[in-house]
Amino acid sequence: MTTNSLTTSQGAGRAGDKVFSGAAMAAGCLILAVLFGVALFLVVQAIPALAAPPADIQGGHGFFAYIAPIVVGTLIAAVIALVIATPVAIGVALFISHYAPRRLASGLGYVVDLLAAIPSVVYGAWGAAFLAKEISPAYDWLANNLGWIPIFQGPASATGKTILTAGIVLSVMVLPIITSLSREIFLQTPKLHEEAALALGATRWEMIRMAVLPFGRPGIVSAIMLGLGRALGETMAVALVLSSGVLTASLIQSGNQTIAAEIALNFPEASGLKVNTLIAAGLVLFVITLGVNMIARWIITKHKEFSGAN
Amino acid sequence: MTATVVRKRSALTKGQLPKFAPYIVLAVAVIVGAAILALIGFNAFGWGVVSAALFTIGLVAWSGAVEGARKAKDKLATCLIVGSFLIALLPLVSVIWTVLVNGIPGLVTPGFLGTSMNGVTGAFDNKAVEEGGKVLGGIYHALLGTLQITLLATVISVPVGLLTAIYLVEYGNDRPLARAITFFVDVMTGIPSIVAGLFAAAFFFAVVGPGTKTGAVAAVALSVLMIPVVVRSSEEMLKIVPNELREASYALGVRKWRTITKVVIPTAISGIASGVTLAIARVIGETAPILVTAGFATTINNNVFGGWMASLPTFIYTQILNPTSPSNPGPSDQRAWGAALVLIILVMLLNLGARLIARLFAPKTGR
Amino acid sequence: MSKRIDVKDLNVYYGSFLAVEDVNINIEAKSVTAFIGPSGCGKSTFLRTLNRMHEVLPGARVEGEVLLDGDNLYDAGVDPVTVRTQVGMVFQRPNPFPTMSIRDNVLAGVKLNNKKISKGEADALVEKSLVGANLWNEVKDRLDKPGSGLSGGQQQRLCIARAIAVEPQVILMDEPCSALDPISTLAVEDLINELKDQYTVVIVTHNMQQAARVSDKTAFFNIAGTGKPGKLIEFADTTTIFNNPSQKATEDYVSGRFG
Repeated sequence: MTTNSLTTSQGAGRAGDKVFSGAAMAAGCLILAVLFGVALFLVVQAIPALAAPPADIQGGHGFFAYIAPIVVGTLIAAVIALVIATPVAIGVALFISHYAPRRLASGLGYVVDLLAAIPSVVYGAWGAAFLAKEISPAYDWLANNLGWIPIFQGPASATGKTILTAGIVLSVMVLPIITSLSREIFLQTPKLHEEAALALGATRWEMIRMAVLPFGRPGIVSAIMLGLGRALGETMAVALVLSSGVLTASLIQSGNQTIAAEIALNFPEASGLKVNTLIAAGLVLFVITLGVNMIARWIITKHKEFSGAN
Repeated sequence: MTATVVRKRSALTKGQLPKFAPYIVLAVAVIVGAAILALIGFNAFGWGVVSAALFTIGLVAWSGAVEGARKAKDKLATCLIVGSFLIALLPLVSVIWTVLVNGIPGLVTPGFLGTSMNGVTGAFDNKAVEEGGKVLGGIYHALLGTLQITLLATVISVPVGLLTAIYLVEYGNDRPLARAITFFVDVMTGIPSIVAGLFAAAFFFAVVGPGTKTGAVAAVALSVLMIPVVVRSSEEMLKIVPNELREASYALGVRKWRTITKVVIPTAISGIASGVTLAIARVIGETAPILVTAGFATTINNNVFGGWMASLPTFIYTQILNPTSPSNPGPSDQRAWGAALVLIILVMLLNLGARLIARLFAPKTGR
Repeated sequence: MSKRIDVKDLNVYYGSFLAVEDVNINIEAKSVTAFIGPSGCGKSTFLRTLNRMHEVLPGARVEGEVLLDGDNLYDAGVDPVTVRTQVGMVFQRPNPFPTMSIRDNVLAGVKLNNKKISKGEADALVEKSLVGANLWNEVKDRLDKPGSGLSGGQQQRLCIARAIAVEPQVILMDEPCSALDPISTLAVEDLINELKDQYTVVIVTHNMQQAARVSDKTAFFNIAGTGKPGKLIEFADTTTIFNNPSQKATEDYVSGRFG
């Protein structure tokens, strides 16, 4: 049997292939390991707080009594942010995709992206120094005229540093997220559907109602969910803007607190069991945002086939 | 005799508002708005809001009377959609204006960029306010800390992120491992930044010792935020490299890893670099993770692996929340806004840089 | 500097799908062989098994033997990379590397394999390859310009120059002219005629006139229906295939009655 001359090859090159593909796979596995490992460390560091006698936890009634009001506060702030940001964001997305002159559209998209580029601490500083001061007369008006509604119960905060102000700042921060995702979806509306609607004599708004919005609905929902994930976890806007306190129904009084701000404000000076308590709070926040994000991703994947978005 | 020209309106334009209708309504709305505001106390913001509301009501009502309900609804939708865009611009303009107005006095103070807060106490601030002297102290230590932490985070994130993207695009083939990585990278993009900070803190507390706070811990926290962004953008860029180029290289007897490093990555490098720059821009302004991982410092620290370290975002945060002189927060505010202006300039430069990189270093097609 | 190819009982699979069935063919050294046949008959797939390029697609595998001067490409221990340095390939669409100059494109096979080469040797190799690809006179003044700035036909000849610069034994061409205009096609066909003095050339083409013009021997592939494997129907001298084929299907195809 003759030897095959093709089998004499350069061993060094082959080793290079193995090393490189190994390194690429290792990097991918590293991400999984880091995520898993550090989640594990979070749990390990949180356990002392969960296992400690209730009297040792801040407030003296155990971890659940400590975390429940700030979870509610987190949800209140996030809901305010979404209620304000969603209609505006969809309007902006429609403006850029269907109303603005074609030549300006990409430039306007960039302007909205600038909103996302501004660091959160700057928004926090703006909210605390500018917005809170400017908006407090409006709170007085709300307290005087709509005070019979529990959420506008007076007396309004004199500084304007309320959960509503924090929610408004949050809404500015989630606006670009919802806008850019919705814009992508709206631009993918099949041209044929739009032209079919216009050919039936529909006005522009009727065309949007008939063709664009139904097509984009799953995309809008997941964009809102991703915005919610961001609003729940955002720290600075609340830490700097809100003058925190116990859970209160009124949105225009000082009070309430969110998980992220609670951690940011207390962690730097914390020691002992307090550290574990805050890490446990972080774990709660992580689980909540994880759930929200996974639902959003699930909606996107579920509708991927027919929306063409990915 | 000249023929009399009878101007006849086209049947197609019958029952429409004239072209100039919006301008008339706008003029009326602005004037009436000014009048209303003059009665209840004038301010520019209120004038704008009232005028916009009057314009919308006026135009829709007129259109409803002349053109019918369908056209009126269309006009209303247009007004609301354009209005929402204008509303979205308000905070952007307001934030930039606030930062400029408040930040420039701090930024132009001599020594602001070149000195740290070492030895600057409340007494100096009180003196500066009472005697009107120069505000001492600067952001040199914070700027240095931000650059060091971000650099270390980039050094960690780019190789891991890029190699992962290469695995997903070139080796993954939709295997279970590749799908798991894609899923968890998506999960990572949704991690709140403060939780990323706690991740890193909990890890180092457990491994190195309780209370470990250094620049390196902060860099690890930022990497957790940065890696998914780098993976995502690099993956997109590697995917758009045409398969023909890979095949051309294989057909020349080039090994896969050399094909990837010498053909695929150079073709995609502008997109990758631009994505990395945007990722840096995203994490350079992160405050919360640094707050819980690097502590605060008022002095220059050149060692990311030892000791507390300042950064621009945490500097802004502490100067606002805990002014150096509690009785006279003015100088602290001035420093905070100056630092905010520097931070925004940094972020904008990075964003601009990303666009330039994408444009300048794109492969030249010559066609 | 050219080798013959002998294929024995070759089956090509994508996963469990049999794409090409039972091919036996002997390709002489220093000749031009054309593969013709209707779309989807497996001729390109088969061509790619001759330098193991089909392995780039996940799930592709073969059974049988492909002998390059008696050495089986599919023996255990044979590195596909070694195979491809001996059997080069030119693709349907010209694909010069966009990040490289004309000169670097020609040297790509050498440089990407990290072989050390002196500037003098490199210059000589660039000139020799470009002359060999009938492109030297058109590009010698702009060797440092990007390769993607050339016309389509020039780009394809640049890809041929790039392939011959690694000094292969065999050159495979997968419909090299289907993306080119008639004048560029003529230039590439002239080049193929010259290449057979030194190389074994195998070309897949949709264009029967082209097969008739450039090839010494022609292989006709056909497919019985969708989902069925492609088969080699007839392999003979080009004149025989076009004037006096032995199979009915071949005659129908070359006379334009189907396909």
